[in-house]
Amino acid sequence: MNEILLQIDGREVKAEEGMTVLEAARSVGIHIPTLCHHEKLAPYGACRICVVEVDARGRKTLAASCVYPVEPNLVVRTRSEKVDKTRKMILELLLAHAPDAPALQELAQEYGADKNRFEKESSFCVLCGLCVRYCTEVKKKNAIGFFDRGARREVNFIPEIAAKECWNCKECFPLCPTSYLQAAYHLTEALAFPRPSFKPASGK
Amino acid sequence: MPRINSASELEELRKDILSKRDPNKPCISVCTGTGCLALGAARVVAALKEEIKKQGLENKVGVVDIKETGCPGFCERGPIIVIHPEEICYLQVQPGDAEEIVSQTILGKKVIDRLLYAVPGADEKISRESEIPFYQNQMRNLIGSNIKIDPKSIDDYLAVGGYTALAKALFQYTPEQVVELVKHSNLRGRGGAGFPTGKKWEFARNNPDEPKYVIVNADEGDPGAFMDRALLEGNPFSVLEGLTIGAYAIGSHEGYFYVRQEYPLAVENITLAITQAEEYGLLGKNILGSGFDFHVHVHRGAGAFVCGEETSLLASLEGKAGEPRSRPPYPAVKGLRGKPTNINNVETWANIPLIINKGADFLASIGTEGSKGTKIFSLVGKVNNTGLVEVPMGITLRDIIYKVGGGVSGGKKFKAVQTGGPSGGCIPEEHLDIKVDFDELTKVGAIMGSGGMIVMDEDTCMVDVAKYFLNFLSGESCGKCTPCREGIRQMLKILTNISEGKGKEGDIELLEDLAEATRDASLCALGGSAPNPVRSTIRYFRDEYEAHIRDKRCPAYVCKDLISYHIDPEKCQACMICLRKCPAEAITGGKKQIHVIDQEKCTKCGTCFEVCPPRFRAVRRLSGEPVPPPIPEDARIITRESK
Repeated sequence: MNEILLQIDGREVKAEEGMTVLEAARSVGIHIPTLCHHEKLAPYGACRICVVEVDARGRKTLAASCVYPVEPNLVVRTRSEKVDKTRKMILELLLAHAPDAPALQELAQEYGADKNRFEKESSFCVLCGLCVRYCTEVKKKNAIGFFDRGARREVNFIPEIAAKECWNCKECFPLCPTSYLQAAYHLTEALAFPRPSFKPASGK
Repeated sequence: MPRINSASELEELRKDILSKRDPNKPCISVCTGTGCLALGAARVVAALKEEIKKQGLENKVGVVDIKETGCPGFCERGPIIVIHPEEICYLQVQPGDAEEIVSQTILGKKVIDRLLYAVPGADEKISRESEIPFYQNQMRNLIGSNIKIDPKSIDDYLAVGGYTALAKALFQYTPEQVVELVKHSNLRGRGGAGFPTGKKWEFARNNPDEPKYVIVNADEGDPGAFMDRALLEGNPFSVLEGLTIGAYAIGSHEGYFYVRQEYPLAVENITLAITQAEEYGLLGKNILGSGFDFHVHVHRGAGAFVCGEETSLLASLEGKAGEPRSRPPYPAVKGLRGKPTNINNVETWANIPLIINKGADFLASIGTEGSKGTKIFSLVGKVNNTGLVEVPMGITLRDIIYKVGGGVSGGKKFKAVQTGGPSGGCIPEEHLDIKVDFDELTKVGAIMGSGGMIVMDEDTCMVDVAKYFLNFLSGESCGKCTPCREGIRQMLKILTNISEGKGKEGDIELLEDLAEATRDASLCALGGSAPNPVRSTIRYFRDEYEAHIRDKRCPAYVCKDLISYHIDPEKCQACMICLRKCPAEAITGGKKQIHVIDQEKCTKCGTCFEVCPPRFRAVRRLSGEPVPPPIPEDARIITRESK
């Protein structure tokens, strides 16, 4: 593996080729917040809370550190006015959906995000996709999926698969940063494959 | 079909094709592109064929040919026919004109005056296609041959010099030299971003990994845009030839056309072009005996706008959901199935044969410092000559709209031109003299995009325009990343509120903040450019936003929640026209009784305003002011004094 030297927050950091900026930063104890990132899963780059400023080939841009590969002489700033402003906005957009999610609230405090900046649209899911990707990549069951696109995108269980696979797994539950996933599971269960005890008692 | 095994055999075949064709034999070319087909071109073709049969000319040698071709661009006046060799152009041809065309023009060599282009405001008629102002101000390097080629016949393409570029590339240049030529021509990608094509090819070529793929991005999704469609439907061979040359230059042996499912004729024509090229040995194994192998597949996209973004296109081609991934790595490093891949837009590929045939300097001699060659636009909206136009880079927007497009339609005042598709920007009058150039357009807050150009007149509300495009984008965003999905959702909500009179102080600033975050933090170019309609309309038409927010007034009288219609009792002559036409039955009145609009029932469709006779002009549009109370019933009777 080739060693790559880059600069993060003014510090020289040694990284290996193929590493992401996030990995390189964490290897030297520099903290970058994440929501959709998980060590067991392929980098996804969707929530964008991990944006950092990169200076690559003379161009300064925002990049999601969880998917941005390290490059020689890359200059990275993990906190700046621009980064903080963007993270604050992303948090405010997500808080419109899940105003009470602890992970969001904690970050909101750090970045001064106002959970009431946008009108509430309490879907509770922030579409980080941790559950979907965990079920696909780690469990290889595909019991959870994304449905529709754009503003109508949502996460749901696929009843046919969930009925067979989920009852003794539920490993996705603790991954969910909001309370959406468990609720969605119980709804799917109640509607599509109720447990025997839930069936109405036979009348005597 | 005989297989061609060398460059000289190709020339022999071309000679053979040409020797069987009499250049002086009349040929009626009928545009059967999608636009003309919709206007009835198929019936015109049938009528012409029937007429030729009826007059007993069908099997007579040297009398007349009929050809169904692709789109020459003047869609506004379709169905279009051009009669060669005189190049007589007839517009808005109907099946009933067939008899006259055959007997008068073909047999009698007389031009039919009524079917010619009439110069507006003059008594003059123009018969030659190239002399019509719409065409005169264009430079049709790419679409100029459309009217001469039956897109289902490779022989037609060979007859106009097709595949000379491929033979030249294969036998006179090394792959590296082809890459150099394209670099030297300064061709920039026509899909929107304008990345230098030669550089992109070089990245893919220099990647040692194998196999390499080349892809034609024909996922044209901008509403109202049909540049790529017209090229694929009208001259699929030029794109295929360009792709084959690119494959040779890059070192690829497999290519794909990623075409929208919604373009059935394009899919049909390109598929047929591939089959015909394979039969001639211009595609497949050992092309023209050069030892170079190249195979092409057609893949139909399921119709997601985001699949025009290259990483989404690749995901879709691999059978996954059409969602983008982060770049780097770029497709030249890790593309289709993880292998080096070069993706170019249809129009970019169509430029390649031109560069090989006429030289890199030819292309580099057209245009501005930073943007070379020609660009095809679909010129639509409130402009007289809507259609497909190909113009040299560096032409001003004003010249496109006024010289080519013939100005704003209906005698209305120009307000803005929107370039670059749904995520483009609106350019006002004050910038109409800027040159068509990737960088110039970006400077004024718009983008070149793939070539959509929508002209807007004074009756357009810019808040409504921004809302329209954001609505489109909110449905077409894939929803993967937060800034694009949520940013567009919130911007659309705010715009909707403003247009409904629920705008608040601070909304403009909030829109600006959202636009900035969406642009800077989104995963792909869809989110990156989605705020453009909002940013550009705020930049140039901030006063309109303010009127909506502060005065609850829509200056263009478009936003229904902010306007009312009112009949001026002083002017109403009780003619009953609006009363009868009102679809909501919201108008009361009668003979000699002044009409009154019931504001509760009114749906604000504007019918009364349109039908009120100009000599009365009794119906008024109101915005930002209260509707006067209806006049009392006993005051509504009109008593006309007799003279």
